[in-house]
Formats: sequence, structure tokens, C-alpha cells
Amino acid sequence: MAIAVIDYGMGNLSSVRNALRAVGADVRIVQHGHELGGASAIVLPGVGAFGAGMEGLRLRGFADALSREVIERKKPLLGICLGLSLLAEIGHEFGRHLGLGWVPGEVVSLDVASLGLRVPHVGWNEVHGSGTLFRGIPEDSSFYFAHSYHLALRERSWICATTEYGREIACAIEQENIMAVQFHPEKSHRCGLALLANFAALAA
Amino acid sequence: MLKKRLIPVLLLRNGQLVRSEGFATHQVLGDPVHEVARFNEWAVDELLYLDISEDATILGRADTKVKPETSILAILEAVAARCFMPLTFGGRIRTLNDIRARLERGADKVALGTALVANPTLVTEAARSFGSQSVVAVIDAKRDGDGDFRVVYDHARRTTSWTPALLASRAEELGAGEILLQSVDRDGKAQGYDLALIRSVTAATRVPVIALGGVGSLDHFALAITEGGAAAAAAANIFHFVELSDRRAKRAMALAGVDVRLDLSR
Repeated sequence: MAIAVIDYGMGNLSSVRNALRAVGADVRIVQHGHELGGASAIVLPGVGAFGAGMEGLRLRGFADALSREVIERKKPLLGICLGLSLLAEIGHEFGRHLGLGWVPGEVVSLDVASLGLRVPHVGWNEVHGSGTLFRGIPEDSSFYFAHSYHLALRERSWICATTEYGREIACAIEQENIMAVQFHPEKSHRCGLALLANFAALAA
Repeated sequence: MLKKRLIPVLLLRNGQLVRSEGFATHQVLGDPVHEVARFNEWAVDELLYLDISEDATILGRADTKVKPETSILAILEAVAARCFMPLTFGGRIRTLNDIRARLERGADKVALGTALVANPTLVTEAARSFGSQSVVAVIDAKRDGDGDFRVVYDHARRTTSWTPALLASRAEELGAGEILLQSVDRDGKAQGYDLALIRSVTAATRVPVIALGGVGSLDHFALAITEGGAAAAAAANIFHFVELSDRRAKRAMALAGVDVRLDLSR
């Protein structure tokens, strides 16, 4: 069965699809929640604002379908960038929005300007990772980031990778079948493809 | 630590890859889709395509059998399919639909130049719709008769009263996530970056600045960062004319004390 990539109107999915195909995965882009039933694993990508993202998920029936497939049926999920943010309880981008609420934390702005750092956090940064997604990837490999908000977790047990930008940022999480990354593996050359291959292996 | 970036810029004119000098002289170098394979193999930090065409005509080349793509969007799509790195696409973008069409075909960011001057609301609308990280504001600067920097646009044919620093600060307010700062005077001259220009803009903004224009040797790159305060050093011509320019430039930057991504074999 294929890996379903969720299209909820939040940005370009072709990069994610191309990258997953490059590592040999069978990929299908899905436009509505009812199409998730046949998937063996799910990728929630996305760039853009938190509120618009949640609205997109609800409008296309993904909010309920995701809860059924990921929480009840325990299918592997990979959130990417906004797809990581939406797993949180609350997002504070252009207002206060409820997220899917599966991860104990809130999405807050990257407040590092006082440290003389530029926002958004754009570019390649070293990642200290472990767990399923980072299997076989050399420690401190660089991945491509582009974000102005980050996930502030209440429970450190979720964190499987961190990076430094003025402070430590949780940039990947993993608990059972739920995984998510703040950076863009589909734009991170070989290490990114290796990470996607690790995820795709769960769908086999 | 966040790495400083090195960005090859590919200039497209009517679908052909060109070398540019002073925004006026252009020589055809080759096929834009084939080139991306080389940059992917080099694992460069990211790629920036700028369409500097005056119209939408797409030309082929008489000296190769490569069949040209039929439109700039088809070129983008073909490039994106081979590109597992961040990709910025700029040039001839006038509407939100133009932006959407590029992001849907695999661009991660769009670069807006003329719109920044002539239709600044587009910058804000783009940032609201697609996020600031998708919007790169392009500032082309030229020294006037008194040696002061002025923003120019429309292939550097029109001059404004904006200083690059003021327009950069305005671009940030409008929602741009990065600034691509290009020196028209240094374009294709190989004398090095205009560091005073870069400093004036990096001092006026908090968003990352990408410096472009003037690189002639591998040791020019580091100065945009160490002296200019830029987050990324970009160039066009040198990446076509110097063998293994990307990794050799990275080594030169590292030797100059710049923290760059060197794990290119991974």
C-alpha cells in the first residue's frame, strides 16, 4: 500500500512526492480524509500559517480521518514543518488556534532577534538526532530549515532531535507511530532522502 | 550552528541559461534543466533561478539536440523534479497566481523585484498566503552620479529614489522573509562584491540577506559574510566557468573563518 501525502491546500507537495519516489516509495497525494483508509503510512507536509492549516485539514475531512488512522489504527505519520506544528495543542501565529493536540506543547514565535539572530531561521543547520528517522544518518548532519515559529514542548520525552539557533530547538519528535520534523528532508539532499527512506521503510 | 550559505544563481533568458554583464550583455551558456543535475551532484546549499526575459518566448539552441521546454513553468517543473534542495524562482512575477503557479511546480520561494517597487501589496499578499519564508525581496542597486546607492528596477532601466537600505527595511515590513541584494555595477565585472552596499542593507534589516553581483574569484565569497554581514553569498557566472567551483568556494570560505556546510558527500 502507498504512502499518502496529504494535500490540504498548504503549499507545494510535489517536492515531497518527488523525494519519496526517489527513495523508492509508492506515493499517492490525497485530497480528502476518506482517501486515507487505504494508506499504509501518512505524510503531513505543508508550509504556511497555523490557522489556515487547521482550517484546511477540517474542510477536507482530514482532522477526523487523521485521528482515526493515526491515533486509533496507529499508522505511521510523518509531519513536516507546518505538519509538525499542527500536531501541537495550540498555535500562536496570527492569533491563537487549536491544533490537533496530540503533542504536549504549543507553537510559538522564534524569539531570537534579541540575541542578534535573524528570523526566519533559514538555511542549513546541524541536527543532533536519534531514533527511527535518524537511523544510519551521521551525527551533526545538516538539514534545511525555513521557519519563524517553533514547537515548545512540555515533555522532553517526545524530542528525538535538536538544533541550535540562539537556543536549543526541538526539531524532530517521535513517540510510537507519530513522527515529525521541523526542517525539510525533501530539500536536504542525501541526509534528507535517507531520513525519508527510514520513514518509508515503516510503510513496507 | 546555522551555516552560512553559498548559492549558485542561474539566469534564464527566453528559456536559455545565460551569462550577464551589467544587466545588459548576455551570452547563452546552455540548457537550464541539464545544469541542475550537476548542482544536485555537487549537493549545493540551494539554487536560485532568475528569469530575466523581456517576453515569454522560449528559444532552443541550434548547437544541441536538446529539445527545449515550452514555457518557463515547464522548465521549473523539470528542474524541480531533479532538485532535492531549496529552489527559488524569480522574474516576471506579477500576480498572486503567478506565485502560486511557481510554488505548485516545485519552487520553495519566489523572488519579487519589480513588484516590490511597483506593486508592494503583492509582497504582503504573498507572505500572508504562503508564509514569509516563501518570499524573497529582490533589490537591484546602482550607484548614482554622486556615488550614492539607488534602487533600480525593470532590468535596471528605471531608477527610484529608494536607497537599498530603506527599501530593504520596507520589504521586511511588507513580509519578505529574505532579501536578495544585487549590485548592477558589479554584475559580470568579477571585481568582488560591493561590500559597502551589502553593509548598508544588512545593518538596516533583521531578515537574512543574500549578496549577489561581482564575484570573480573564490575568495570573494567569504567577504560578503565576514565584511558585509550577509547570511548567504551568491554568484552566477563563476559557477559555470570554474571547475568544481562550489566545493572549492566552500573550502575558501571555511579557510576565511566562515561556518559553511562542508558535509557535501552525505
